[in-house]
Amino acid sequence: MAQQHITLISFGYFGKQFLDTIAEAVKKEFYINAIIRESHIDLNEFFDPGRRQYNGNKLLAAVDTMSDTDSLKTIGLFSVDLFIPILTYIFGQAALNGHAGIASLYRLSNERYGMRPDDKLLLERFTKEVVHELGHTFGLIHCSVPTCVMRSSTYVEDIDQKNLSLCSSCHAQLEIRQGTQKYF
Amino acid sequence: MARKISILVVDDEESVRDSLSNWFVEDGYEVECAENAKKALQLIESAHFDIILADIKMPGMDGLEMLRRIKSLKQDAIVIVMTAFASVNTAVMALKDGAYDYVTKPFDPDDLSHLIRNASKQISLSKENETLKEKVVMLDNVDDLIGNSEAMKKVLKQVESVAQSNSSVIITGESGTGKELIARAIHANSSRRYYPLVSVHCGALTESLLESELFGHEKGAFTGAMYNRKGRFEMADSGSIFLDEIATISSKMQIELLRVLETKTFIRVGGNKETSSDFRVICATNRDLKSMVEQGTFREDLYYRLNVVNITVPPLRERIEDIPLLVDYFIKKYCTTMNKPPITIDAAAMQRLEEYPFPGNIRELENMIERAIVIGNGKKITLKDLPFGKDMIDNSIESLDDFEKTFIRQILNKYSWNISRTAKALKVDRVTLYNKIKKYDLKPEE
Repeated sequence: MAQQHITLISFGYFGKQFLDTIAEAVKKEFYINAIIRESHIDLNEFFDPGRRQYNGNKLLAAVDTMSDTDSLKTIGLFSVDLFIPILTYIFGQAALNGHAGIASLYRLSNERYGMRPDDKLLLERFTKEVVHELGHTFGLIHCSVPTCVMRSSTYVEDIDQKNLSLCSSCHAQLEIRQGTQKYF
Repeated sequence: MARKISILVVDDEESVRDSLSNWFVEDGYEVECAENAKKALQLIESAHFDIILADIKMPGMDGLEMLRRIKSLKQDAIVIVMTAFASVNTAVMALKDGAYDYVTKPFDPDDLSHLIRNASKQISLSKENETLKEKVVMLDNVDDLIGNSEAMKKVLKQVESVAQSNSSVIITGESGTGKELIARAIHANSSRRYYPLVSVHCGALTESLLESELFGHEKGAFTGAMYNRKGRFEMADSGSIFLDEIATISSKMQIELLRVLETKTFIRVGGNKETSSDFRVICATNRDLKSMVEQGTFREDLYYRLNVVNITVPPLRERIEDIPLLVDYFIKKYCTTMNKPPITIDAAAMQRLEEYPFPGNIRELENMIERAIVIGNGKKITLKDLPFGKDMIDNSIESLDDFEKTFIRQILNKYSWNISRTAKALKVDRVTLYNKIKKYDLKPEE
């Protein structure tokens, strides 16, 4: 049987080094190998003309069907503006205890808020978002520790406040859920 | 153990229900969904929700009508109404009908988080308020523990040392010695003091009522169970439960109680879901549990489970030196309650009180002082204000037979057991008197 892994599917124009950095952070946090896959999807099917945004629920369902059999969890990486019917926007979402999640860097860049571009900060924010959504797929809920990556963030400033890693309590919960099994 | 905030989402659109449900679950809330007002009302009748998030425009009963019905069922329910069509009139109507807030779909994620966080804060403030009110009442009652006697000092020392532990306590003592006050003092000095002390008078309830009272019941569990009801164990979560008259519970309840004490989990009557609660047990009894165990009327395992610490409250006759303090305390208490100027007690009355054995203990003393203040001259309590002499009823007499036996013995003694004179005094014939002597097994005192 092939080794279990987390799959990061890139649906945007992300650089290799950019994706490698995210994969490395994922591997470090979840003790599971992360592999990167490029894929294509017709985003028009997910576009809502009334809101001029992309439907996160439908994209999540689509990503869920694209997992390969050895993939423990799959995260779709996007660069478009995501929404769910009840909220004006989302940075990403995942099924709690599920197999898939999505994250988008659309609203994470400084330029969107009239500030100077900062590629390093953008990568850091996106990586935190990916780790956060993956945490949900492992059953972790929002954490009240201000620096924990599982802290709920509704603004980019909130994302900047937290670290890239899980707090000790979330880490302990993750280990229980993973059965302390290391996957590589 | 902090309970999770529960949210009910009511919306006819599945995508909205799913999105909100996922969002709240990730935030650590307990979520249930309903696709229309009818189903929502059914859920609200059978379970408790801290926050209800309801759409205004729904087929069938709309959100505003549902809001009115919820408010008539549960006045303090927190209902947030949401709509896709912003309209000031609807918002004003909703708020007038008691909605907590009003939001327009879609929300900004930050607005949603703030909304729920503020509602949660209100819920915890209300709970804190209730707990503080209970605490004020409780502290008031703890002040009632009066006594400078060695016997009482020993009890207070025991209270102090046992309060900080989590061990079960049995308080024994005669009726009227203040066992419940001791239980309140233990709770008030423990780390559980900010949580409720729930009292259950086991002797006052039948077996089935006690079961429902302790464990709660589900809607429809028995005739008259129209709503789900929390039991006393559930109410005592993080606090203490005081089981008064523990010796009176049936053998079936003894088994159930033992199981609950061992697992700290129970199932509501008519339910199938296990509920857990973190409580401390304090029991009281005026009976000798150990001899009940020996006689086989009280389970030995339950006795040892409950009897980790035993506090014996002394009867008033063993702490005579506390009587003046208690008298002074009750005079102040009842003069204040009755809005009368403070009065005193004369020496003869006090001496009589100190000589009296008080079979009804402090409760009897308290009643005497209250009565004396009511019937007295409003300046000083004198001997004639106290119910000694003709008014006095011997507390050991509980039946007409007891009364007759005591009375006949008294008259026999008065006439030195001269049967003829006694029968004449009692206005009965000699045969009747002989029969009574035989019936009550009366014998001349040596």
